[in-house]
Amino acid sequence: MREPVRRAFPPAIALLLLLAACGGGKPEGPAKGTAVPDVPAHGDAIVEGSIGDVSGFLSAVTSDSASHAAAGYVFNGLVRYDKDLKLEGVLAGSWEIPPDGRKITFHLRKDVKWQDGVPFTSADVMFTYRRMIDPNTPTAYGDAFKQVKRASAPDPFTFVAEYARPFAPALESWGMDILPKHLLEKYPDISKSPLNKKPVGTGPYRFVEWRAGEKVVFDANPGYFEGKPYISRVITRIIPDQATMFLELKSGGVDTMDLTPPQYARQTGTAEFRKSFNRYKYTASAFTYLGFRLSHPFFSDKRVRQAIACAADKKALVDGVLLGLGQEATGPYKPGTWAWNPNVVKYPHDPARAKALLAEAGWKRKDNGGTLVKDGRPFEFTVLTNAGNEARAKTAAILQQNLSEVGIRMRIRTVEWAAFINQFIDKRDFEAVILGWSISPDPDQYVIWHSSMTGPKELNFVGFANPEVDKLLEEGRSTFDPEKRKKAYFRIQEILAEEQPYVFLFVPDALPVVQSRFHGIRPALAGISYNFNKWYVPKALQKYRIEP
Amino acid sequence: MLLYIVRRLLWAVPILVGISLISFLMIHMAPGGPISVGTDLNPKATAETRARLEAYYGLDQPLYVQYGRWLGRMATLDFGDSFSPDGRSVAEKIRERIPITLTINVLSMGLIFLVAIPIGIYSAVRQGSLFDRVSTVFVFTGFSIPTFWLALLLMILFGVKLGWLPISGIGSLEYHSLGTMGKIADRARHLLLPVLLTGFTGLAGMSRYMRSNMLEVIRQDYVASARAKGLPEGTVVFRHAMRNALLPVITILGLSVPDLLGGSVIFETIFAIPGMGQLFYQGVMSRDYPLIMGILTIGAFLTLLGNLLADVGYALADPRIRPG
Repeated sequence: MREPVRRAFPPAIALLLLLAACGGGKPEGPAKGTAVPDVPAHGDAIVEGSIGDVSGFLSAVTSDSASHAAAGYVFNGLVRYDKDLKLEGVLAGSWEIPPDGRKITFHLRKDVKWQDGVPFTSADVMFTYRRMIDPNTPTAYGDAFKQVKRASAPDPFTFVAEYARPFAPALESWGMDILPKHLLEKYPDISKSPLNKKPVGTGPYRFVEWRAGEKVVFDANPGYFEGKPYISRVITRIIPDQATMFLELKSGGVDTMDLTPPQYARQTGTAEFRKSFNRYKYTASAFTYLGFRLSHPFFSDKRVRQAIACAADKKALVDGVLLGLGQEATGPYKPGTWAWNPNVVKYPHDPARAKALLAEAGWKRKDNGGTLVKDGRPFEFTVLTNAGNEARAKTAAILQQNLSEVGIRMRIRTVEWAAFINQFIDKRDFEAVILGWSISPDPDQYVIWHSSMTGPKELNFVGFANPEVDKLLEEGRSTFDPEKRKKAYFRIQEILAEEQPYVFLFVPDALPVVQSRFHGIRPALAGISYNFNKWYVPKALQKYRIEP
Repeated sequence: MLLYIVRRLLWAVPILVGISLISFLMIHMAPGGPISVGTDLNPKATAETRARLEAYYGLDQPLYVQYGRWLGRMATLDFGDSFSPDGRSVAEKIRERIPITLTINVLSMGLIFLVAIPIGIYSAVRQGSLFDRVSTVFVFTGFSIPTFWLALLLMILFGVKLGWLPISGIGSLEYHSLGTMGKIADRARHLLLPVLLTGFTGLAGMSRYMRSNMLEVIRQDYVASARAKGLPEGTVVFRHAMRNALLPVITILGLSVPDLLGGSVIFETIFAIPGMGQLFYQGVMSRDYPLIMGILTIGAFLTLLGNLLADVGYALADPRIRPG
């Protein structure tokens, strides 16, 4: 359900909307616990609901959010994203990068022990790096580590990674979970090791049990180097159905889950519900867009794309699709983060301007009303989206109505996910698509916008090519200087706003709900789970007694 | 008879191979593959990563090589390892799911027989009566009602409003610290709704079979002669008519054998039951080829076995159709 908790590594797997609990928001609901002394206390358990089962605990070889969240309890990386989505040290107390940016020197914490008591050293980091580039490791995240030209561990608490050229996203890649060398070195394939089923890490929680398809249980790690977490036990219950999970929440079988917009807006507003639960609302790290195949004769003209942006009623989309629980998108970055440029050209809903732009581009009405025509061809196209995603289906329906008002006929076709990707996206066999991306905290979006990334299976599938953006993307990833990076990404957003290779539609809100006995939740840009170890239940309110 | 069974069993081998070949081709023809889940639209995965993963799972080999390898392993009853990241063996994954699915299916099938057979008999004997009409409406309600909807309503009533029954799952959080009786009671409370619902939705077929068989039999001459002898109606119905009407039930029982291990995706999803249905569904969604093939092969085997059992059982019960 939630994004990995205390971890930096964001598997930027797209399209899982309403997954991420992130953003800047304020807690909502009445003040709690007036009668109870509100002091942090150890004890109690939290029961989380998760739609999917864990598929393994070594996050290097898994790719689903449930597994990454589970691994986040047990393992740490060298770095992680803090509450403001900036990188901070975890296993690495600090790091240095010389001005040329070709080398990262990590100074490791000296007070860290594996959960079996063995001290953590740079040999573990070296081991993890080697396994990430080993062909026997079935990982989808090896590429960042292959950029390392030379890795060395000059002493037990120093680790150095050298790069052929400066590569800013490299720092983030060291948020990868560090693996225990002493427990894994005898397994050539880490995915087949017992640790993938019974993990031992350095993290705040120790693994207790995993019942496939049923639940995963973790207990607080008393020796955790950042202090023992207050909540003594974490139980993740696997409940594949959203409606069932919501009933479990109401009956006390689950303490926290992510709500859907209808649940948030219509089923949880009662005083009775608000007494037992605190709802939170943040900007999620994701956006939904309408993307064009830019080589298509209709969409190669910038004015047409701008016209569609004007015709799209984004406010109606936020209200209709998200029940108002989200905001209009202006570009591919998360509002409020350092790389987000708030001052780009916007396209308010303006059918008159859309018509004018279309007329300028040569699209004329043949007779009174009806579809626009240019060179004898009516403006008709098909938008594709994946079946089973209700939000996207509604988005398509509203856009269809918006576009018909300016004389464009848009047909909607939904296709099963795997077929959608393999038959249409990969083969570039589409006119327009409605899709979403999750937004990774590092602003490097080279693979999505660079003109070299249009090959088979590559992700610039709309075929966007802009020499200035290419240059800025290269600049942005090859410097660690935040000011230089910010400048590059701000300019990229200006160009994307002008060019509209996608019509950026909306950014949804993440809507987690937590049982009100849990205190210490401090919402921030990164969501609520970044300080999970500091959540607590005052002694008088504790529900479960956990035997140590 | 023995020869007949041996011949049928030998025939099953080529049929199984044929089924597995068709299944294998079908799942490989479906768009996407095992590595799509991790690499499709993943900005961190390059072509090199994809090639590496394909080689890791042996997907870079031609299809006939992949099928040959699978068949070779199957010859030694080795289902192989799942493509899921935990890499556990398919046999282990299936084994841990069987008990719960089998329990629910045996219980609900028992319930269906227990309720449907009397309903069928009684509505046949009193054809056109009020009971006949009411029970017809009842069983067809069960047959046609959207089960996920009914399940949610019952969960709201018994779980949220009344608080009598747990909503989902197969055990409480403290299940493993309970005593034996406590465990049984806890499991029973969790399985009550799923079993009742599965039973309710399955009543229609069985009770209709029973009713029409009974109607058929009750018009036979030997039933008339039993009545003519002056036997009490109870003896006529239960001793003379029902026995013969039950014969086709043997066939249905035999054909139900594969269903014993086939979980319902809808029920298991809505009640959060970690059974075979969910396992298969997840396997299909993640294109976990060894797992899909394993479950399909078991299903095919059980279907063939069920057919054989039905034929043999029928022959034992009815001398008229014994093989020569």
